[in-house]
Amino acid sequence: MKKRYLILENKEILEGIAFGCDCERVGELVFTTNMCGYIETLTDPSYYGQIVMHTFPQIGNYGIIPSDFEGKSSVFGYVVREYCDEPSNFRCEKTLDAFLKENGIPGISGIDTRYLTKLTREYGVMNAMISNSPDADFDLIKNYCVTNAVPSVSVSEPEIFCPEITPKFSVALIDYGSKKNIINELIKRACKVTLFPHNVCAETILDGNFDGVMLSNGPGDPADNVFEISQIKKLMNKIPIFGICLGHQLMALANGAKTEKLKYGHRGGNQPVSETNGHRTFISSQNHGYAVTAKSVKNGIISYVNANDKTVEGIDYKTAFSVQFHPEACSGPKDTEFLFDKFLCMMKEKNYAEK
Amino acid sequence: MPKNKDIKKVLVIGSGPIVIGQAAEFDYAGAQACRVLKNEGIHVVLVNSNPATIMTDRYLADDIYLEPLTVETVERIIKKERPDGLLAGLGGQTGLTLGVQLSESGVLAKYGVKLLGTDVEAIKKAEDREAFRSEMRKINQPCVPSEIAQSLEEAVTAAEKIGYPVIVRPAFTLGGSGGGIAYNGEDFIKIAENGLKLSPISQILVEKSIAGWKEIEFETIRDCVGNAIAVCSMENVDPVGVHTGDSIVVAPTLTLSDKEYQMLRSASLSMISALGIVGGCNCQFALNPNSFEYAVIEVNPRVSRSSALASKATGYPIAKISTMVSLGYRLDEIKNEITGKTFACFEPALDYVVVKFPKWPFDKFIGTKRDLGTQMKATGEVMAIGQSFEEALMKAVRGAEIKLDTLNAPALTDQDIINRLKNVDDRRIFTVFEALKSDVCAETVHDITKIDNYFIYKLKRLALFEKELEAAPLTDEMYLKAKRLGYPDSAIRRIANCDKLPEFSYSYRMVDTCAAEFNAETPYFYSSADSHCESREFCRSGKPVVMVLGSGPIRIGQGIEFDYSSVHCVWTLRKMGYDVVIVNNNPETVSTDYDTADRLYFEPLTPEDVMNIIEAEKPIGVVVAFGGQTAINLTEYLVSQGVAILGTSAEGIDTAEDREKFDAFLESIGISRPKAVSVNTAEEALIAAKILTYPVLLRPSYVIGGQGMCVARCEQDVRTFMNNILSFGISNSVLVDKYMPGTELEVDCISDGDTVLIPGIMEHVERAGIHSGDSIAVYPPYNLTEHMTEKITKTSVEIAKGLGTKGIVNIQYLAENGKLYVIEVNPRASRTVPYISKVTNIPMIELASRAMLGEKLSDMGYKTGLAPAAKYYAVKVPVFSFEKIDDANSIMGPEMKSTGEVLGMGRTKTEALYKGLAASGVDVGAIRSKKNAGILISVEDYDYSDAIMLAEKFTDLGVTLYATPDTANAIRKRGIDVITAHNVWENDDIYRLVESDKLSYIVYTGAVMDSSVGDFRQLHRKAMSRKIPCMTSIDTALALADVIAAKYTQKSTILVNINERR
Repeated sequence: MKKRYLILENKEILEGIAFGCDCERVGELVFTTNMCGYIETLTDPSYYGQIVMHTFPQIGNYGIIPSDFEGKSSVFGYVVREYCDEPSNFRCEKTLDAFLKENGIPGISGIDTRYLTKLTREYGVMNAMISNSPDADFDLIKNYCVTNAVPSVSVSEPEIFCPEITPKFSVALIDYGSKKNIINELIKRACKVTLFPHNVCAETILDGNFDGVMLSNGPGDPADNVFEISQIKKLMNKIPIFGICLGHQLMALANGAKTEKLKYGHRGGNQPVSETNGHRTFISSQNHGYAVTAKSVKNGIISYVNANDKTVEGIDYKTAFSVQFHPEACSGPKDTEFLFDKFLCMMKEKNYAEK
Repeated sequence: MPKNKDIKKVLVIGSGPIVIGQAAEFDYAGAQACRVLKNEGIHVVLVNSNPATIMTDRYLADDIYLEPLTVETVERIIKKERPDGLLAGLGGQTGLTLGVQLSESGVLAKYGVKLLGTDVEAIKKAEDREAFRSEMRKINQPCVPSEIAQSLEEAVTAAEKIGYPVIVRPAFTLGGSGGGIAYNGEDFIKIAENGLKLSPISQILVEKSIAGWKEIEFETIRDCVGNAIAVCSMENVDPVGVHTGDSIVVAPTLTLSDKEYQMLRSASLSMISALGIVGGCNCQFALNPNSFEYAVIEVNPRVSRSSALASKATGYPIAKISTMVSLGYRLDEIKNEITGKTFACFEPALDYVVVKFPKWPFDKFIGTKRDLGTQMKATGEVMAIGQSFEEALMKAVRGAEIKLDTLNAPALTDQDIINRLKNVDDRRIFTVFEALKSDVCAETVHDITKIDNYFIYKLKRLALFEKELEAAPLTDEMYLKAKRLGYPDSAIRRIANCDKLPEFSYSYRMVDTCAAEFNAETPYFYSSADSHCESREFCRSGKPVVMVLGSGPIRIGQGIEFDYSSVHCVWTLRKMGYDVVIVNNNPETVSTDYDTADRLYFEPLTPEDVMNIIEAEKPIGVVVAFGGQTAINLTEYLVSQGVAILGTSAEGIDTAEDREKFDAFLESIGISRPKAVSVNTAEEALIAAKILTYPVLLRPSYVIGGQGMCVARCEQDVRTFMNNILSFGISNSVLVDKYMPGTELEVDCISDGDTVLIPGIMEHVERAGIHSGDSIAVYPPYNLTEHMTEKITKTSVEIAKGLGTKGIVNIQYLAENGKLYVIEVNPRASRTVPYISKVTNIPMIELASRAMLGEKLSDMGYKTGLAPAAKYYAVKVPVFSFEKIDDANSIMGPEMKSTGEVLGMGRTKTEALYKGLAASGVDVGAIRSKKNAGILISVEDYDYSDAIMLAEKFTDLGVTLYATPDTANAIRKRGIDVITAHNVWENDDIYRLVESDKLSYIVYTGAVMDSSVGDFRQLHRKAMSRKIPCMTSIDTALALADVIAAKYTQKSTILVNINERR
């Protein structure tokens, strides 16, 4: 068993055991409280630039199931308490360890993840390095910053996905790092999906005879995406738009609101979000380090807030809406799937209006 | 939505006596419910026939009725109390069924009582199989192919249509009782017939067997506006086929991918939404391990054993939240007390693994089949928390008090390992481990057991590690690995053959519902082999720390009454200004609620585990007197480690527990006890018996609940006993006592060293020889001379003082021919404490706890001697669970067999006894309303004179007598008419009689020989299937005759509100 170290920017060094790819990597250390769904986490492009840690101590139990991948694995490092190298599931194709090796992701196990979670919670999100030696360049770690995130995970050419039946709607999905299940949810609802690169021009979409636009999830600081925000501005009020996670943040920025970095973010499958104009609270899947500042929301109505910390979880606009959480789930609960139906209704109404 | 303001007075229904399938979890749930209601300013009326519960405590409700849980009685309580609402979903299946009956019979409507929480329509949809299936079809939730049958013909047709193997599930029965798997038509008819009889609505479900699929559960909760969450997921290690109560269960699920998990979670929530559940609900699924195919097994629209487990596993108090939701609160309005920042509308995130391990009564029922199936057999369970499945499982096993500290268990049969793997029994996990250790490949183990490979690989990892530990010298690294895998030092020393172990102490982690995402202050801890101890960092009050040891899993002989005592001790000590720590591992209890003590350690009650907590907590002393034998057994070790035991000294405890020391002690204070000799071999035992003269009582020293005791009437009995006991490897000596069939009496004394208070004397209906836990006990005594009362009082005071009792001591006496003998002394709280406290209104545990810490009884207004008798008679009636273990020998003897108890309170002994019997399920009135009622009497020759008395009494009642030939002759000689029924070994007379509907009761004594025990078991099984009470003591039958003669009905008895008497 080879030793490996997790070196934190606060100069604390945790010793663990090496697994996954034999390389060293610096990233932003984040934790997720999901108890299962590590495959979806590992393949969620929103984790670009981040070292992901699971608070649940037993990871890899059902191995790796490629059909559950949400995208190209973008995590920079992987921290677990214990991983399972003899997984069991009828769909399992390989072990977690093999997957990390194939994808160039260094892993470290044997870490006291509860301690580390508490540290992150108290200190706030911090950078870390997975290293084969305890000697580290702390400046390098401290100065690390997630950059160029969206371009790194987005497609470069448009791609088209068609449902098996005749499509009812045609949706332009702007890929800031989209999870596969956003596409699946739309296809399931008889939408033809055209996946556009992140830097697609608003005109291309408006001229493309689409019924609606989906803004996907994605990694990094939303404010970095200046061009993308400007394009969304042009789309507003011209076509139904549904934004998820980063897409929600970008739409807010396009409407003059501001975003802020949370102390340690929301990552897990148990985040409660409450309606602002009703009595329902839904359990949602979340993965974000930034949030829209409530006070800055002027051109829209806050539709959902986090029941725990009251941060903004959704905004309704005239012909658009967005949510901070993940109605497409994967991993996590599917309790807010109905938002895709809401999007469909919006597209339908627009069609009626035009006809 | 704000709380429903119209609800000012609520009736809460408890779950009645502890039986297999319905244990302490409902006391825990009910106690939480009562507290919530009181906090809301609601007037709480409680009815529960179980006096050993915490919920029936005067602090928890405003009006408390220890009355039979029947529609008639509850209607009378409703009429008297006029509550606005009824809370039935916290009282288990008993409470729920009663709630439905009260609604259906129009009682609720008549008195304007609102059923709180899930409404009747929804309950019926969830409980009635056909309604449920049709509802599931509507929302596209797959059920297991099945058919409802209401007759045997219908059942056979259904089974043939579905194809064998099929599972039979009777409707509306506890713990699935009366069910089973049938592999062919012949088995099927037997099981179906029995199931139809046991179902109160004569309905069974014939279902396709999906044995081998994964069994997954979700504990869910939904509020009145539709907010719904899954509090906890659970996975049974044992695949479908073993009742979930008998399965080893892990939380959260460990082998499901997110797709599978979310599929079942979504199914749960859509089910409870479609049904319209308001409150907690348990959803069970079977999942095909090779596809996404699944089937809904059932839902339980109430809190349950699983919800108690889920509450303790997650820290989310389901019963409490469920009650608030019933009152109209929304989940998002209820604060999560643990974080103080979040709300009840969230799903707990665990950062540990929980394992539940059942506690089975097979040690009590020697010779019964240990097979597990759809009928639950466990009496209780333990839960353990660890960082891995291995660690949690190891902690659970060593905490289960089955004499194991690893998974290495000796085989019980000489079958080869492959064949043993095929047995689905309580030992299966150990057999799997043994197989893996002896190099049977994991695939073979999986193919035979269908246990998921994940668990098998984990067990293999333990097996390989043990081999490694055996082979190489112990390094620090290996030692740490062993600790992380959950090995106690004793096991490491033994396996590694190494005395010197590295320095080590456990750290403690907090259960916080959120995997450390938020800062929490829950005083709820479990041990971990990591550094960073959260309990040592935990903010303390600075008050002196006292540790109270709990009583572990519920088992026969050690039930809920010990949790009552532990919890009362904790409450008293907290009131006295101590910082109280409790250690226990039973998820079904109030003691393991995180807000009962100042800090809770959910840990096994073993020497090492307890000592480690003592290191972290540094208490000024440890209380062992309230945790039953579990806690008492730790005394010697703790004393050897220099730990202060509060209350009675370790010497005092040892004197009472060690028979020889005890004899010497009694002699020193001049008190008699039945003559006894200590022996080690069968030959010695035979000689001793001959000297003492038969009958003799045989028992090992250091016993619990009379475990391994027997009355021997001849040499063969002695031989059989000694063979049994020696084969069980009991190392202490065996005691042979002269058996005296006198009157048994019992007292609990509270002593501060100077004052000795005796709250009351209990007299047993059955004469000595039957375990006190199985006897009907009457308070105050009904047949005691003043002289004898004085003698008992005087002797009790002497014993309590002589043993240096500081706290509480239980003494059992035998009175014969005007002489008083001591049978045994238990230097701890006993099973009778809760009910005597409630009946006499003397807070016994509070007084004992105060005395233990040096306060004086005289300062509290008590003086030495027997307290004045209370206004009412109180009769404790034992309740058995033989329906669940139907091959057990139900003959009562020195070994305890009952699982629970009920109390009857009345103005006379007979009225109290009537109520007790009615509460225990004996239909006393039936015999009077029946035209040709009959009683079958079959007794040994030494019981003839009593049998004649019995025959006279029943003849006077107009009951037809049947008797086996010899008994019949004896009765006939007295000129009493009796019909002879041939013995079971002669022909099937008796069985036909049982089937004929002519019998109301059976009285049977004897059956000590193996052959006759077999006959009796079969008779008893048949009698149970016809619901004919089978009494094995003539005394019980004589008392019953008096009760029948007194003509009480459930409408004519007095209703006693125990809170009203002050």
